[in-house]
Amino acid sequence: MSYRRTKRDRVLVVDDDASLAEMLTIVLEGEGLTTAVCRSGDRVMAAFAQFKPDVVLLDLMLPGLDGMSVCRQIRATSAVPIIMLTAKADTPDVVAGLEAGADDYITKPFKNTELVARVRARLRRSDQLAEPLEFGDIVLDPAGHTVSRNGEPFELTPLEFDLLACLLSDPSQVFTRETLLQKVWGYHHPGDTKLVNVHMTRLRSKIEDDAENPRVIRTVRGVGYQAILPGS
Amino acid sequence: MGRLVRIWRRSIQTRVVTSTIVLSTLVVAFTGWALLRDVADGLADGRREAAVSEARSGFDYAQTQLDATVETEQSTQSQVLTQMVDSLTRTRGAQRTYELVLEGPLLTDDGQVPVRSSAAVEPGSVPADLADAVRSGSGTFWRYSDLALLGSSSTQPSVVVGSQLRAPGSGDTYALFYLFSLEDQQETLDLVRRALLLGGLAMVVMVGGVAWLVSRQVLDPVRLARRIAERYASGNLEQRMHVRGEDDIARLSTSFNQMAASLQSQIRRLENLSRLQQRFVSDVSHELRTPLTTVQMASEVLYDSRERFDPQTARSAELLKRELDRFESLLSDLLDLSRFDAGAARLELDPVDLAQVARDAARSPLLERAGIRVRLVGADTPAVVEADMRRIDRIVRNLLANAAKYSGSDVVEIEVAQNAESVSLAVRDFGVGLDGDENLRVFDRFWRADPARTQGGTGLGLPISREDATLHGGTLQAWGRPGEGSEFILTVPKPDGSAKHPAIDSVYA
Repeated sequence: MSYRRTKRDRVLVVDDDASLAEMLTIVLEGEGLTTAVCRSGDRVMAAFAQFKPDVVLLDLMLPGLDGMSVCRQIRATSAVPIIMLTAKADTPDVVAGLEAGADDYITKPFKNTELVARVRARLRRSDQLAEPLEFGDIVLDPAGHTVSRNGEPFELTPLEFDLLACLLSDPSQVFTRETLLQKVWGYHHPGDTKLVNVHMTRLRSKIEDDAENPRVIRTVRGVGYQAILPGS
Repeated sequence: MGRLVRIWRRSIQTRVVTSTIVLSTLVVAFTGWALLRDVADGLADGRREAAVSEARSGFDYAQTQLDATVETEQSTQSQVLTQMVDSLTRTRGAQRTYELVLEGPLLTDDGQVPVRSSAAVEPGSVPADLADAVRSGSGTFWRYSDLALLGSSSTQPSVVVGSQLRAPGSGDTYALFYLFSLEDQQETLDLVRRALLLGGLAMVVMVGGVAWLVSRQVLDPVRLARRIAERYASGNLEQRMHVRGEDDIARLSTSFNQMAASLQSQIRRLENLSRLQQRFVSDVSHELRTPLTTVQMASEVLYDSRERFDPQTARSAELLKRELDRFESLLSDLLDLSRFDAGAARLELDPVDLAQVARDAARSPLLERAGIRVRLVGADTPAVVEADMRRIDRIVRNLLANAAKYSGSDVVEIEVAQNAESVSLAVRDFGVGLDGDENLRVFDRFWRADPARTQGGTGLGLPISREDATLHGGTLQAWGRPGEGSEFILTVPKPDGSAKHPAIDSVYA
């Protein structure tokens, strides 16, 4: 794994609870990260533009604009990794947050080590690929973190890039959701298949022309996902 | 036969109608019998009196005839007698209703009694005791008898009237018998009997019908009430009985409806209360989470720098962290339970191989830390069910934690088995065990086998595990024997299967 050590990574903490926000900054700064706090939903975009974070920690329950809407607003302009903080581990809330564009989520209460691990996992740059990978008409470039199709670049979030790179790196293998969780999310989320499902759906909506007849990634029922070899 | 017994036992209407028919048949039969007897007696008595008076006048005429005859010669006398019989039969014209038998003279030397009769009357139509009575004395006697005619196989009921005649010339005595047929009376009687039988039958049928109608009138509302009560029992409290009139049935319906309404309002009130309470627990849990997160993070920061503190502060930081962890698991367990209680718990189903779960469990750091060896049984055959991986994981984790913390056993056995309907996973320890009462109580919330032996834990692990199992349509059962060990068997149904018959039988059962 390689971290960008050239400058300190920046984390924007969006939380209305002053104590929790302060505690988050204490822990994250203790890990050598730079932090900024935003306490209201409707000031997030301004803070985002000013601070230019590498990761956003976003509480779902916010005054002003709620967490989901903030998430969608950020996603509209940036591919920056977003980690949701939620007190509700109930599936519908989490799925809604993931669908709004969050990459990962943490359920309150959490351990400091867990928080740091997840933030680090999102800051980490993909090591799935050492050199550019050509897969049919898709080209993945790990150096510039860009994806192009027939020479035309298109936008993927870093997480989606990792997911695609992981699958395309070994088309002979069917990746189970567990494997993908470990390889892409980087820490153990036992059985949390909705993380994979939601992101896989979004990745496919970007790279497949016809979701009914996928040409890049196929679902192996009851097992997981597999890249489709070009021309097969 | 069995079906009839079933109908008899199940249907009040059948019983009411049947007993009504049986009883009214008895009553009708008895009255019919008494009526018929009176009618028969009356008819016979009337005919007899007429017969006796008719016979008497016949006897007088015959006696007069005999008195006028002075012949004593045997041959002429015989002729006279024949003429007399003829004239007696003739005087009554064509509409003669009797036959005549004349015996005599009665005292002859050879003992032979000559008999003359008006028609082919069979000998023996005159009862022997009547003949004796007439021969032995004067007076008029009568008997009922059966009149048999020669050439006819059947007999007719009849009344026989007899009297002694004396011929003054010769001093001979004769016995003259009138035989009156009761055929007409018999016919009348038959008619009456037929009428009574038909009438009685019609009456029984009608009474049965009436009983059926009446019982229906009473039973229909009762049946309706039963059907509605059944619906209440199955949870549908919207139904009401239709109230019509002011009779008992209407009052029954009214009370029934009142009962349903009060039941419904009670249930609604309780539902409301329980919803409020669950909502409260859930809100509190959620509200507690944010401050708890801050406190826990702070305690971890303190804990991580405890080496820099003086011993008392360092120990305080340790205790703070440990108890906060306990507090957190308690809170998360409470939240889970409130979800179960509110029926808000949802399954995320995926194919889960319980054999794989058992193999993973055998490598659990929890057991390793406690220095417990694991014995796996039957974990090499895949045993796949549709289940929520996280809940199954939690159940197994709770069972292992239970074995590690409380049993005192140094070996834990994990067995997986399956049948056509379900897959079972058993976790056995060989420690302090459970006694009969504890088998059930381990699933009580906050229950601990020995309060003195508590080693952290929330006391909610097993209750939650059981809820998890139930949510899958499965079961979690506990068995044990003091001093021998305990056994927990989790059974999860296969798709379209049921967990009624676990694939593993308890070694303690």
